[in-house]
Parts: sequence; structure tokens; C-alpha cells
Amino acid sequence: MKFNRREFLQTGAAAAAAGAVLPHAAQAADEIVVSQIHDQSGIFDIYGNPMVETFNMAVDEINAAGGLLGKKLKSINYDPQSKMELYGQYAQQSALKDRVSVVHGGITSASREVIRPVLRRYNTLYFYNTLYEGGVCDRNTFCTGTTPAQTVEKLVPYVTKNFGKKVYILAADYNYGQITAKWVTKFVRDNGGEVVETEFFPLDVTNFGPTIQKIQAAKPDAIVSALVGGAHLSFYRQWHAGGMKNEIPIASTTFGGGNEHIVLTEEEGNGIIYACGYFMELDTPDSKAYVARFAKKYGEKHSYLTELPTATYEGMMLWAKAVENAGTTDRMKVIEALEDNLSIDGPSGKVSVDPKTHHVVRTALIAECHNKGFRLLESHENQFPSDTAAFCDLEKNPNDNTHYEIKI
Amino acid sequence: MRLDADNIGLIVAAVGGLALLFGLPLVVELFTLLQFTVYIVMAILALSLALIWGFGGILCFGQAVFFGLGAYAYTIAVFNIGESTVPVLLSIVVPAAFAAALGYFMFYGRLSDVYMGVVTLVVTLIFFSFMNHTAGEEYRIGASRLGGFNGIPAIPPINMPGDPGRVLWPEEMYYVAMGSLTAIYIGLRLLLRSHFGRVIVAIRENETRAELLGYDVRLHKLLIFSIGGAIAGLAGCLFANWNAFVDPTVFGLGQTAQIIIWVIVGGLGTLIGPVIGAMLLQYITTWLGTVEVANSSLVMGAILVVFVLLVPRGLVPTLQLLWQKLRGGRSDPGIVATPREAVESGDD
Amino acid sequence: MDLVAVLALEVLFAIASLALISAGLAVIFGMMRVVNLAHGEFLMLGGYAAIIATNSGINIWISMLIVAPLVVAAIGVIVERLLIRFLYGRMVDTMLATWGLSLFFIGLVTTIFGNTTRGISSPLGGATVGDYKIGLYKLFIIGVTVVLLAAVYLVLRRTKLGLIARGTMQNANMASALGISPDKVYAITFAIGAGLSGLAGALLAPLTGIVPTIGIAYIAKSFITVIGGGAAILTGTISASTLFGTINQLVTFQSSPVFGEVALLVAAVILLRLLPQGITGRFFRRSM
Repeated sequence: MKFNRREFLQTGAAAAAAGAVLPHAAQAADEIVVSQIHDQSGIFDIYGNPMVETFNMAVDEINAAGGLLGKKLKSINYDPQSKMELYGQYAQQSALKDRVSVVHGGITSASREVIRPVLRRYNTLYFYNTLYEGGVCDRNTFCTGTTPAQTVEKLVPYVTKNFGKKVYILAADYNYGQITAKWVTKFVRDNGGEVVETEFFPLDVTNFGPTIQKIQAAKPDAIVSALVGGAHLSFYRQWHAGGMKNEIPIASTTFGGGNEHIVLTEEEGNGIIYACGYFMELDTPDSKAYVARFAKKYGEKHSYLTELPTATYEGMMLWAKAVENAGTTDRMKVIEALEDNLSIDGPSGKVSVDPKTHHVVRTALIAECHNKGFRLLESHENQFPSDTAAFCDLEKNPNDNTHYEIKI
Repeated sequence: MRLDADNIGLIVAAVGGLALLFGLPLVVELFTLLQFTVYIVMAILALSLALIWGFGGILCFGQAVFFGLGAYAYTIAVFNIGESTVPVLLSIVVPAAFAAALGYFMFYGRLSDVYMGVVTLVVTLIFFSFMNHTAGEEYRIGASRLGGFNGIPAIPPINMPGDPGRVLWPEEMYYVAMGSLTAIYIGLRLLLRSHFGRVIVAIRENETRAELLGYDVRLHKLLIFSIGGAIAGLAGCLFANWNAFVDPTVFGLGQTAQIIIWVIVGGLGTLIGPVIGAMLLQYITTWLGTVEVANSSLVMGAILVVFVLLVPRGLVPTLQLLWQKLRGGRSDPGIVATPREAVESGDD
Repeated sequence: MDLVAVLALEVLFAIASLALISAGLAVIFGMMRVVNLAHGEFLMLGGYAAIIATNSGINIWISMLIVAPLVVAAIGVIVERLLIRFLYGRMVDTMLATWGLSLFFIGLVTTIFGNTTRGISSPLGGATVGDYKIGLYKLFIIGVTVVLLAAVYLVLRRTKLGLIARGTMQNANMASALGISPDKVYAITFAIGAGLSGLAGALLAPLTGIVPTIGIAYIAKSFITVIGGGAAILTGTISASTLFGTINQLVTFQSSPVFGEVALLVAAVILLRLLPQGITGRFFRRSM
């Protein structure tokens, strides 16, 4: 066991300080307060807004079913406006002022790494519900999104089998993109293929002209894209504008997560392969009921439901079930209840907590973009977060507090 | 020391600063103190630009570069050294040295107003682009990965000098921040009253005249620019400490514009104005994110536009003007009409 | 050989798009000395105008070439009348006001259209050059830019409006004494600048993602181009676009987009160090 003196001192100091100050407005005895920190404005609002909506829907549904432990849930919503310092401030506010039972939030890995230490220091349970590069190992934190091992492992064989073995990788230039590119490379080699080139793009690049020429010169059989965000949409646009759309197929783990399939026209988007944890057209009873409830709450022109908002909904439901099982909102008891292989049947299928990594075992889907939606090609149940599991064992090292860099 | 308006202002600032320094932790809870700490850090940052733009007359669109360099210098050094005294010093020295180099490039190249603004902006954007690109494993300095867009998390906080195990508690961080703000504010007031300070203002008012009087304009500008860089660097160091995290947005366009806005809102050509502007706007920004009234950008934009139309000179100069009018002392408002003149009359 | 031709086209396109996104700013900054920090949002509004018009059934060419510039020019007139005209000669205040305006537009567009708007794909197809495919739409943009710059030149040089505008910018009091209303000239100039930005935003919309925050991607680059160009609006914009566009595109092709971007920025810094008044401060001094 690693015993970190610095961390101990901080925790001790904070606890002492928190005990010394005046009590804030006491929580009503019949309420359980929870909070969410998702961007509702600024450049990440495209991801944040649907997450806020499904989180609120989960809270409402729990309350409509009688609440938790006989108490109503009260949710506090913070909008960090895509600014890092506000993530820090709202995490502090949730933990120290609102004294919430759980915080759900964070979209980028950067925002998670701002929130996570604050909530750990002030003993507040934290759920991170976004697909990310994997590797977080912290007993106070649960990650419910997919990690590359879960999706890429199924996506790459599909590509090499159907399109060919020469792959060109395009990825966003940050941890998620870099690590996803490594996983793609590994699985391409495992499947007997080769990666002809890997290119990384900062998130604000909009000019893909030179890249499109380079791709043409390299003549790959397929492109695997982990491009992210509004600016990177330009790639799909310019790919089509250059007349390349039907020449080389594209597969992605990110296409659709930022509503790319809706912003792009049919001719630009159709046929792109997407691997993810959830998409809205998924034709299962749970999924259809979930979308119908969402449509009832937010009207027919509601947001498109991707993996992010759905994992947020499932994250909240996992927490609620753990509270019921534990019979209390006490942080350690809830963590222990979650670690008891807790599982729910969510819109995306069965979601169960892996006690060693605090990540989830969930279904991976391979889909094809079709007329601004997706249609299912393959479904793989019970995908294990093997990337994080290679480093992280919270049963053995419960005090681990590392964001492991996944090495392949 | 004569008891004129200027000295009274200094005493008020010192007493007020010390009262806040020791009084606030007694009456508010930890959370409020933590919020206050970040407002104070931003106020220090605002002071750095208030000095070089409001008094030095240097339109710097890239103040974020010194802030970011301070944050990254502290972070990288503290990961490598482990003890925080040298990293804190580096967070001041590195941005100051960079400011000196950049200043040499600009002032000795005789760049003027808006061109200087663009050069500083471009330098900021170079850092922003480059730091965003450092996600790969090959980008590391000693024990510290640069992290690219994802930033560097879990930054060790400042410790008692010489004792790496004894890190500062959140309250102590507040003392450090508030103490720094008070000291810097008083230091700058004294600096501006010195001979050097008067030459700086003279250069701002008329560069040619100052030069003909025999002052080395370029050197004076270089010095004031470096001092501003050092202060911004310290703010960056405190910010990295407060958030225990740093990422390339500290170099971003939004950050650099924000500093300019604090200064304009508070009042260009004053010192206390930008401090108030920074705290006020940070407070409004935080508050907007907790109330779900409308899109935060929409509200913030509307506030700024209305502000320009209603309070064109910035908060502090406008209040001064009102005060003068109320006292009925000087009938001609033109006397204190512009922030620049307010500077010359020496009371801010 | 094919690669050289294709690459040349990419370079030309980069130059054209830089000139396109900078033209509106060059008019507003160059003629009125207004630092318009909401410039990126004018481009964004042009993109939205074109998309909304096209999606509601108007022909895509009419949407891009006529509707978008007109809509944004109208917005420009409103902004100038309600806000900017109170701030002439106060550069600092205009910066604050236009920054506020930029946030306001981002918020407003997000509130009205949400952050997911169905885009438009580029109208012309591809053509084959040897082993390579190129987008004809890029050729179209290059053509439009040339026509546009020529038009601005002719208006400024050959028409009475251009003469009046140049006169007013040089000496507003004198123009006023000669019976010209500077107010009107400022409003028209601002509208033309906004309209040019709207047109640029609309033309680039089929090639980029359109989200309310897209303006941020343009603003810094267009400023650097305009300032790097120097006092002469047209020649400055063209020469700076040529220099920066070429450097950016070639370095990007050789290495990566980051270094392309960094090379552009470094070139700008060196340029301003060598020519503190911009390119046209030293060369082409009698041009416009």
C-alpha cells in the first residue's frame, strides 16, 4: 500500500477546516442532494446539453418512483461554460457547500482530472460518464463510458475483414486520440494488416486539404478516424467535396458522438462505420422505451442520444441502485455496494460495474451511418475494460490514485 | 510622509488588504475562501496588465503568455525538484526573462501600438498551438510530461520553504494569495510614485518628448514589461496551485481577452480598477454557471455591451468623476475626463 | 507531377481562403480603425444564413452569394447604428464592445438554433487530375475571391462612393465640410465589411463544420493577415495572404498541421519585426 503523506495532510487539513467552519444551510431531512457539472455553453455544449437532459430525466424518474430511501432527490446543475477553472470551483462548491451525495460530470479528460482530485480530497463520490482513453484508477471514481479496448477491438476486425488490410489513421491530437491510435495500430497488426500512416490534428484544425492529398498518395484500403469536435467535422466535408467519399471507406470511434451524423448531409455521412456503446436507433425494448420517455419529456425535436448522455443516465441509475442496496447514501457503503458486481439493464443493454477497475462491462456496437441516423451491423455484449484492467486493481490496491497511461 | 490624498489611498489599501487577509478566514467557510483565492489570483493577473498597459502604454494582447509560462514553469519544476521554493521563484523569473526577450525584440524593433498587440497575440497563439500538440510521450521535461490538450493534473501544492512534506493548507494558500495581492498593489503604487514610475508615465504620454529629455524609452519600456511579466507569472503559479491542474487554455485567446476585459471594465490607467474588474467579472461568470436562466455567453455578452455604453470609462474612473461632481469641487468634468489624466492626478 | 499540380491548387486555395476571411476585417479595420473582435462571428452568421436559407428551399448559390452577404450586412448596419457609432475614436472601448458582441452572437445563435445544425454539402463534385481527385468547389472559391477583390478595387478606385469613402477615412472633418455625411459613410463602410465577412462565411460553410463557436477558429488568423498586410487594404491583404497561405500549406504538407500553424505564426512575428508597418508599409506603398 502506498501511503502518501502529502495527500494525507491535505485530507486531514480539509476535514479539520470543514469541521471548523459554520454549518451551511442544512439539507432538508427529506432530500438527497446530488449535483452535475456539464458544459451547457461554450465549445463543449454540444456534448454537455444532452447529458444534462438525461441526468435530469434520471432524477425525475427516480423521484416519480418514490425517490430513494424514502427521500426525494434534489439535483443541482452547474454549467462550467467549457472553462477549466469553473470545473474546479463547482467541484469545490458541490463537495464543501452543497455537501452532495454524488457528483456526475466532466466531459473532456482534462475536466475530469480537475474534478477528480478535488472530490477525492473532500470525500465526495464521483461518476465520470464519458468515453475516454481509459486508465483512471481511483476508488472514489466510477467511469461508465467505453474505453478504446472495448470498441476498437471489435471495430478493427470489421474494417480489415470488409475493406482491406491497409489502414490510414486520423486522430485528434490529445490523449484520447493518441491512445486510440495506438490501440488501432495494435489491433490492425493483430489482424494481419498494416498502418500506412498516422496523423494527429489539434482540435481547432479546419483545413484538411493537404491531408486528403496525402491519403490519396498513400492509397489505403480504409481510414480509421478518431477526429473530435466541431472543427474536425471539416474533414468529412472536405473529403466529400474532394470527390473521395465513395473511394475509400471510413470507420470511427468518435463519428456521431458530437452529432456529426446530423450536421453532415446524407451524402457526406452515409456509410461511415461507427463503434460505440450506444446510438439512438438501437432496436431493443429498453432502448426504445428510453427514447420514448426522453421524447415525451423534451418534445419531438429532442437532442440526439449518443453514448455520452446514455452513459450519464445509466451512471445515475447505477448509483441509485447502489444507494438502495446499501440502504444509505454514505460514500463508503455506496462504493462497496457498487463494487459488489452491481449491474442494471440500461438502454444500451446490461451494464455492470467491474470492482477492480471501477469501469463498466457493457455492450459494444458496430453501426453504419445512414440518413442522419445509424443502423446496427454487429452487437458484442459484455465487453470488458481490459485496457484499464491491465494496470488497475482496486481490490488489491484500494488506495491507488493514478491516471495510468495505457502502454501497448 | 505627508498626509495627502495619495498617501491616504495607500494607507487605506494597506489596512483594507490586511483586514481582508486576516479577517476573511474568520468569518467565511472553507468553500468561500477557496473561491476567493481564485478571484484574488485573477486580480493579481489583472494588475500585471494594468501596469504595463494602463501606465506603460504597451498594448499587450498576450498577457496570457506570461500567466501560462508561470503556471507551466512552476508545474514542470515542482515535478522535477519536489520542493516548491525554487519552482515558485522560477515561475516568476522565467516569464520575466521571456518578457525581457520579447520586449527587446519589440521595443528595440520600434514596433508601435497595434502591431505590438498583434505580435504579442501571435506569440500567445504559438504557445497555445505548441502546448496543445505535446500529448505524445516524447514531450517531457525531466520527470514531467507536458500532456498536450489534456494538461498536467495533480500538481503538488506549495510547501513550507525547506520542508517538502509540509504542504500549505487551503487557508494558507489564501494567505499567500491575499498577501501577494496586497504587497504587489502597494509595491506598484510606490513604484509609480518613484522617479522611474514618473518616467514611465511620461513615456506613455509622449514618447518623443521623453526621448528628447534624454530618457532611454526602450529600456524603460523593457523594464516595465518585464515587471508585468513577472507579476503575471506569479499569478500563473498561484493558479496552477489552486486548481492543482494546468492545461494549454492558459495560453488561449479566451484567457488573453479576459485579462484585457478586466482592465477595461475596471478602468484603464488605474490600479484598483482592474482588481475590482477581475473579481467582479469572475464572480459574475461563476454565478452565471449556477443559475440556469439563459445561455451564459449570451448574458455575459449583453452585460459587456451595455457596460461599454453606460460606463464608457470603466468603473473606477466613472466613480471618481461622480465623486468629483458630488463634491462640486471642480466644475469642469473634463479635468478628470480620461483615465490617463486620472493617473496624472495620482489618485486611483 | 500530378502531385505538384494538386499541391499548387491547395496552396492557391489556402491563399484565397485567407484573403476571403480577412477581406471584411480589412475594410472595417483598415478604413475605420475599428478593432472588430466580433469578426469571427460575422463569418459564423454568414454560414448560418446560407445554411438556413438553403435548408428552407432557396437555391444554394443564391443563398451563399446573395442572401448571406445581405443578411450579415443588415446585421452590420444594426450593430453600427446601435453600438459602434458611439465608440468611434475609442479603440479600447470598441474592443470591449465587440468582444461582448461576439459572446452575445454565440449565445444568441446557440439559443435560437441549438448547437447542432444540419449543414450543406459542397455543390460541385470532384475532378480527376492524374492519380488525384480534387474538389471543383475549391476552384470556385479561388475564382470568387479573385472576382471579389477586383470588385473591391474597382469600387474604391473608380466609383464616387469609393472616392467619398477614402476621403472620409482620411479626413472626416473636411469631408463633412464638403457636404458629405461621415455618419452615413461609416455606416455603409461597416455594412460592406460585414457583408464581405458574411459572404466569406457562407462560401466556406460547405467545407467546414458550422457551429456557433466556429468564429474563434478565424479571428486570430484574419487579424494577423490584415495587420501583416499593413495600411493598404487590398494589396496588404493579398500580399499577406499569399505569404502566410503558402508557408502554412507547404509546411503542413511536409510535416503536420500544428507545424503549419506555428510556421505561419512565426512568419508573422518575423515579418512584423522586419517591417513594423506591415508589408505595404515598405513595399507597394502607393497602392491601396
